[in-house]
Amino acid sequence: MSNTSLVEKENLLEIKNLKTYYPVKGGFFRRTVGNVKAVDDVSFEIKKGETLGLVGESGCGKSTTGRTIIRLLNATDGEILFEGKDITKLRGKTLQAIRQDIQMVFQDPYASLNPMQMVGEIVAEPIKNFKNVSTKDLKEDVMDLLTKVGLPEDAYYKYAHEFSGGQRQRIGIARALALRPKLIIADEPVSALDVSVQSQVLNLLKKLQTEFDLTFLFIAHDLSVVKHMSDRIGVMYLGNMVEIADRNSMYAEPLHPYTQALISAIPMPDPRRKKERIVLEGDVPSPLNPPTGCPFHPRCPAAMAECSQVKPALKEVKPGHRVACHLY
Amino acid sequence: MSNYSIHKEAPLLEVKNLETAFNIDGEYYNAVDNVSFSVKPRQIVGVVGESGCGKSVMSLSVMQLLPKGVGKIRGGEIVFEGVHLEKMSEKEMNKIRGRDISMIFQEPMTSMNPVFTIGFQLQEVLFNHTNISKAEARQKSVALLKSVGISRPEKIVDEYPHQLSGGMRQRVMIAMAIANQPKLLIADEPTTALDVTVQAQILELLKSIQEVNDMSVIMITHDLGVVAEMCDEVIVMYAGRIVERADVDTLFYNPKHPYTELMMGAIPKMDEDKEELSSIKGIVPSLKNMPATGCRFANRCPKAMPECATITPLLGEVEQGHEVACILYEASMPKEGVKA
Ligand SMILES: Nc1ncnc2c1ncn2[C@@H]1O[C@H](COP(=O)(O)OP(=O)(O)O)[C@@H](O)[C@H]1O
Ligand SMILES: Nc1ncnc2c1ncn2[C@@H]1O[C@H](COP(=O)(O)OP(=O)(O)O)[C@@H](O)[C@H]1O
Ligand code: SF4
Ligand code: SF4
Ligand SMILES: [Mg+2]
Ligand SMILES: [Mg+2]
Repeated sequence: MSNTSLVEKENLLEIKNLKTYYPVKGGFFRRTVGNVKAVDDVSFEIKKGETLGLVGESGCGKSTTGRTIIRLLNATDGEILFEGKDITKLRGKTLQAIRQDIQMVFQDPYASLNPMQMVGEIVAEPIKNFKNVSTKDLKEDVMDLLTKVGLPEDAYYKYAHEFSGGQRQRIGIARALALRPKLIIADEPVSALDVSVQSQVLNLLKKLQTEFDLTFLFIAHDLSVVKHMSDRIGVMYLGNMVEIADRNSMYAEPLHPYTQALISAIPMPDPRRKKERIVLEGDVPSPLNPPTGCPFHPRCPAAMAECSQVKPALKEVKPGHRVACHLY
Repeated sequence: MSNYSIHKEAPLLEVKNLETAFNIDGEYYNAVDNVSFSVKPRQIVGVVGESGCGKSVMSLSVMQLLPKGVGKIRGGEIVFEGVHLEKMSEKEMNKIRGRDISMIFQEPMTSMNPVFTIGFQLQEVLFNHTNISKAEARQKSVALLKSVGISRPEKIVDEYPHQLSGGMRQRVMIAMAIANQPKLLIADEPTTALDVTVQAQILELLKSIQEVNDMSVIMITHDLGVVAEMCDEVIVMYAGRIVERADVDTLFYNPKHPYTELMMGAIPKMDEDKEELSSIKGIVPSLKNMPATGCRFANRCPKAMPECATITPLLGEVEQGHEVACILYEASMPKEGVKA
């Protein structure tokens, strides 16, 4: 996708200061005794037709962000704007309507596929639920979808367990496409797959993006995969968006000390490249009791006095490049 | 490490024509088929290939840890420092495991018992192979924990595995594996379940232990990045067979087997911009569905020819130190009169 055309494009999705906490219950009365601050101030926007990649290590809040956007979870605070409309608090019919426009693809396709249903029924289900179509049209549509995701037509009459991991992911993708959504949230869609199959699915997603005019929120912990797929990349750490930039600036000049460490930690498939590695000490702190100030300060090699006191805001330091760090 | 000195030395481990089979519905099928390779002292040998290609079964065969009654070594030799492991009794193997050869896994709890303290488990490993007092064993356990980068080892030694983070548990498992300074460590996907920054810590640790202890390592992984950073030599496995073997630089810059080439092109690389990745159609066949003759990669290979279905390629040397099993290369053709 060309970046020049992006400039004029409008936002499909806009997230403003999103927070999603999981209450921790305790004691005799099962009262809320604390909060897992899984998403603790995340802002970003995705333009129409764009792919925004979301990276960060396990537990940093990527899935919670995705599930909040699709309204499987309720936001604790902040706003989710879809096509300019605030969907943060929608309920009932209006929420159902939005759900047609936003679909999700999961890491473990098998867990999300009903083992008792034929693949054709699995893919047809969302259409039946939301649209009035004749049986004949429905079947034609499903067959067409199966072909478009690279499954044979006889897949229609088979069951999910008869397929390999990569093919199951194709079934999940076909179902996500069934309602012709505008936005697809793909949460670690290739993390469980071998590289050869991973590349098949990544190629497919790119092809479908053009064919179906899709916008992607692409979540993964593998930065190489995210960079391959995305126009822009957001890096999360402990519930916070710490940096966001277009893919090439993120790779060529990462600004946040955490992003720098993350990139330097990736083993490069090139034996002639010996690189300097920033090895981080310690573990990620608990989101139940996050550090004051900058969430990264206990592990940051560049931490200064103010870092433990004042939480840095995400601000634009170069055109299109935002970072939350007191160094800038 | 200079390759020159490696070539001069006798191998530490030599695997010859290994065949390991599993009983499925009353019949045995080879999960490892005619595999031969060697590991020299201080060498790190990577083993790569998609899941289901026989990497774990190959290493469990070396350790003689195949599930009893289900898996068996059907043929071949496993020679460690001149001793035939495939002929050892269970008792003799127990002496070798943990002392001369150790293994670590993706999931550290595979080697740990949740109901005992870290210290207790480390001391067990030490008592198994050395005659030391309890006090000495405790002292040594603390020192071991420290050597694998665990801070406050005096405290951790009395804790239970579940009290530790994933990365810390991995360190403890490594401490247990190296307690008796084995000559060979087999690491089966040791960092696959870890986040990338923790993986970096663990790989760094393994490398430094390998250097300090002059240990050899068999590093099983599906991550070509890990291979490029860690290994001296690489074995590529496909469907139970070795399809290519070379030093790491040759494998990455001059891969010859179609499977290796495709795998290299299938990974997205950070420093590269490419719209489409190369992909390999289909999947690794299951044991029951292996082709009876010919190249096992034939149904997925873009370069396949009619002969590929009938001629079984042998692992042959195409250049010095570079072996390939593909009939595109003369060296892989079975010799006259030799049964493939
Ligand atoms: N249902 C839940 N209840 C309580 N805590 C949760 C729940 N789901 C996730 N968490 C916690 O929220 C944090 C963020 O999790 P998640 O969004 O799954 O991260 P990621 O997808 O980046 O790995 C983690 O600390 C996780 O343990
Ligand atoms: N206990 C077992 N019983 C039957 N088949 C097995 C068993 N363990 C492994 N296999 C089969 O052996 C083949 C090689 O498996 P494995 O060595 O685990 O692959 P890898 O480690 O390369 O992913 C696979 O086809 C697998 O299904
Ligand atoms: S704000 Fe301070 S602690 Fe946080 S990343 Fe920047 S320098 Fe490091
Ligand atoms: S022997 Fe034939 S099928 Fe096998 S890898 Fe070589 S060209 Fe491909
Ligand atoms: Mg997740
Ligand atoms: Mg394995």
